[in-house]
Amino acid sequence: MDGLDDIVEEFLVESHENLDQLDTDLVALEQEPNSRERLSSIFRTIHTIKGTSGFLAFNRLEEITHVGENMLSRLRDGELALTPARTSVLLQMVDTVRALLTSIEASGGEGSVNVSAIVAAITAAMEDGPAAAVPASAPPATAAKKAPAKAPAKAAAKAPVKAPAKKAPAKTAAKAQGKTAAAKAPAKAAAKAPAKPARTAAKKAPAAPPVIPAPRPAAEAPVEEVDEVLAAPVDELAAETATPQEAPATDPGEHHEPEGAGATTDGQQRRAVADSTIRVDVDLLDSLMLLVGELVLTRNQIVQNVARQTDTDLIRASQRLNLIASELQEGVMKTRMQPIDHIWSKLPRVVRDLGLQCGKSVRLEMEGRETELDKTLLEAVKDPLTHLVRNSVDHGIEAPEARRAAGKPAEGVLFLRAKHESGQVVVEVADDGAGIDPAKIGAKAVERGVITQEALRRMSPQDILQLIFLPGFSTAAAVTNVSGRGVGMDVVKTNIESIGGTIEVESQPGEGTTCRLRIPLTLAIVPALTVECAGDRYAIPQISLQELVALDAEKAATAVEEVGGAPVYRLRGDLLPLVRLTEVLGLTSERDDGHVVIAVLRSEGRRFGLVVDRVINTEEIVVKAVGGQLKSIGLYSGATVLGDGTVALILDVQALARRALRTETTDRHETREAAATAAATETERQRMLLAAIGEGRRVAIPLDTVTRLEQVRRESVEKVGNREVVQYRGAILPIVRLDRHLGAYGQAEREVLEVIVYSDHGRSVAIVVEEILDIVDGEAAVRSDIDDMGLLGSAVLGDKVTELLDVRAAILAADPAFYDSPALGSTEPALPTPSGVPDSLLEV
Amino acid sequence: MSVATDTRSSKDAPSATSGQLATFRLDGDLYGVEVEHVQEVLKSQGLTRVPLAPPAVAGLINLRGQVVTAIELRERLGRPPRPEGTDAVVIVVRLHGEAVSLLVDSIADVVDVDAKDFEAPPDTLDGQARELIRGAYKLDGKLLLALDVQKAVGA
Repeated sequence: MDGLDDIVEEFLVESHENLDQLDTDLVALEQEPNSRERLSSIFRTIHTIKGTSGFLAFNRLEEITHVGENMLSRLRDGELALTPARTSVLLQMVDTVRALLTSIEASGGEGSVNVSAIVAAITAAMEDGPAAAVPASAPPATAAKKAPAKAPAKAAAKAPVKAPAKKAPAKTAAKAQGKTAAAKAPAKAAAKAPAKPARTAAKKAPAAPPVIPAPRPAAEAPVEEVDEVLAAPVDELAAETATPQEAPATDPGEHHEPEGAGATTDGQQRRAVADSTIRVDVDLLDSLMLLVGELVLTRNQIVQNVARQTDTDLIRASQRLNLIASELQEGVMKTRMQPIDHIWSKLPRVVRDLGLQCGKSVRLEMEGRETELDKTLLEAVKDPLTHLVRNSVDHGIEAPEARRAAGKPAEGVLFLRAKHESGQVVVEVADDGAGIDPAKIGAKAVERGVITQEALRRMSPQDILQLIFLPGFSTAAAVTNVSGRGVGMDVVKTNIESIGGTIEVESQPGEGTTCRLRIPLTLAIVPALTVECAGDRYAIPQISLQELVALDAEKAATAVEEVGGAPVYRLRGDLLPLVRLTEVLGLTSERDDGHVVIAVLRSEGRRFGLVVDRVINTEEIVVKAVGGQLKSIGLYSGATVLGDGTVALILDVQALARRALRTETTDRHETREAAATAAATETERQRMLLAAIGEGRRVAIPLDTVTRLEQVRRESVEKVGNREVVQYRGAILPIVRLDRHLGAYGQAEREVLEVIVYSDHGRSVAIVVEEILDIVDGEAAVRSDIDDMGLLGSAVLGDKVTELLDVRAAILAADPAFYDSPALGSTEPALPTPSGVPDSLLEV
Repeated sequence: MSVATDTRSSKDAPSATSGQLATFRLDGDLYGVEVEHVQEVLKSQGLTRVPLAPPAVAGLINLRGQVVTAIELRERLGRPPRPEGTDAVVIVVRLHGEAVSLLVDSIADVVDVDAKDFEAPPDTLDGQARELIRGAYKLDGKLLLALDVQKAVGA
């Protein structure tokens, strides 16, 4: 029986996949009821299951799929119109089929699943169709009930006689198509069934002749189509007597032709996929992932050791090991990536059913369904996502009347969006419903004792909205009625956070609600910032990191202020509450030079600065779980092994924030938002010239301050006093060497100097850099105020930290009189800027 | 030294059992843990301290890429800290599939013990240690204290 078990297993896996597809197709079909393509796809799926179940002797499964198939064939041929009622019946059929499959999976048999009710329902649904169909459908209904098991068998019984006509095309088609699931099952069913029902077939023999012509024109069509025709007789047997116009057997033949062709291409595609993929146990992938993780760590150690050796062969081998291990790691990670569509595909059905149940009309729109993330994460997000979607339909989107009253279209829209954004997957569940009223949430929160009235007053509307994630808000029906949201939102949040993600909600009363999930791409490997604090290293997931600020002792002394004892830093004008990691951890800082390094973190819509001793690096870390003893501390989300083999704890930023922060005041929040917008527009506009200045440092210079790029030979640099100048287009240009100006000492003198010429008000200076790299948009740059002499700060441009040049300071270093008005010019005797020069330089 | 994972719960542990104990020394005494629990024994390892953790958590060690919590058994048993300059030995035990390590002074032999030599801990044993010591096996010339691993790592 082993062989059969394998077949059953394959059948089950295949059918489950097909059913998921079916759910999607059926719901989509409601949107475009006339899509023959979709109908055909659905028909094929059901047909495949029917064929195989007949072969495997799952009679009830065959019975129900057969009735469904009848209905589908009529829908497809336009004899029946697709109504919501019919869709529901079909969906119920899918559910029943699923139940049967589950039972088969569990017990090997069809169990106690009752199909007669649904068979009757489908039959009934066929009857209440258009008037013309009424007389026709009654007899087929009874025929359908009794005949299903015999349909393929009967065909097979005829086969001995008609074999050349029927079987031959079937076989060649099957061969041509390869072993597509669709083709294989029916062909077998037909081949194996012959003996049994010969007599029933004989009884109905008179009905057969009209059918025979049909396959012939379709000879080059695939086997599937032949089977469709075989299935058709059951209808036609009875229908013939009632409605003659239905009888012409050529009719179906013609009808099927294009679909047959469609099925062929479809079949080939499917085979291509089936042949190039295999199913792999996820456990196996998990253990592979673990092994690769260890391999990478071992690799790191070997590479570090080999770096001290002189044996070139060994070095080369270790480099190769290095490369291969990285590629292997990447490859294994890819095997675990799946498109988010895997979990989304179930949602149209959820939305539809729930919509009907609530009497709401909801359209589901999906964007970015191909966005990939780790399988484990995908599983973990499934339930929270479904919950959010249900919430949106149930509470977010209003009833049609209410919507019309509010001047919105009766049909609500639910958006699902997914995209990759800076190493994370952002998933949004948005509706255009009633939104959430912060006032109501706040009032309820106070009433339930979740927060105090006092605390509420100090909260911004945005912060109040996040209250729906508090445990106190769940399970309370009263709150749900008023707020419209909140059942189990804390569970959603907990689930999302447990996989290192974050969730936030935004809502405009009357306009809708958006829930935004940020999920790491993969659980196993997370980009993180490593920092040092009291001699130990800690990792901070990049997901919460916004920017870094470094203050030298002098600046720190004035820039870090106190508000009622709480340290704050003015970050671009806003007060950023500071949390000292040493204080949170109960340690003593080892940094005594007065420098302050601030990691600006964001958690639950709030921003705070974490003061650490120093920033080490950003690196991809492999997250390891920590033992129960450490979980209970509630400050670490895990641990990781760094490149040098030491263990570093991963800080749980949310927990840190909760521990250290009190609620911010509303007004501060608002000013901060405004400032953020302003800063964003400011950065958006700027295009930057990137230049290297040695020691791997990169400097960005606003492009609008760059007049021209030139190359100057070294020997043309002359000295005037202690300054360097160069003759350029008949003028003398003062030179500033950016590497010296910014304290980076690059390589020895080059033969050719790369020069950026800047002109303003008739004066020019030449800025010497090591190399011109690129021109980039300053847009979306992460800025920070790591301040140094001659710099405005730093930003991340093109994945690298880049220093923003204080152009004014650089120019003044070359020409202290540069910004003086030309009339007052040449106050500096060392600078030969005769009055005639500016004019000629204007052309530069 | 590495032994397959054990699933035996500690519920039946307090009773006297015969079998093999991996023994180690701690502050002059000889202790033993069931050999089935022991995954491996390592030399002293670099520890990463864990701020705010219970005092018995000495830190985290890197066990071939796996992060394992280290429990300082001296602290756990209420003994004085290990003298400066002496390195601890790490015994990695595996409980319910999770690896935890115990820091001890030095490792000794694997000893066959007989249930008839077993005796419950004396009444004079003080509170903290009493919880963790199932009892003593009377060996020739010395006592072997049987450690309840489950409780010992439950810091």
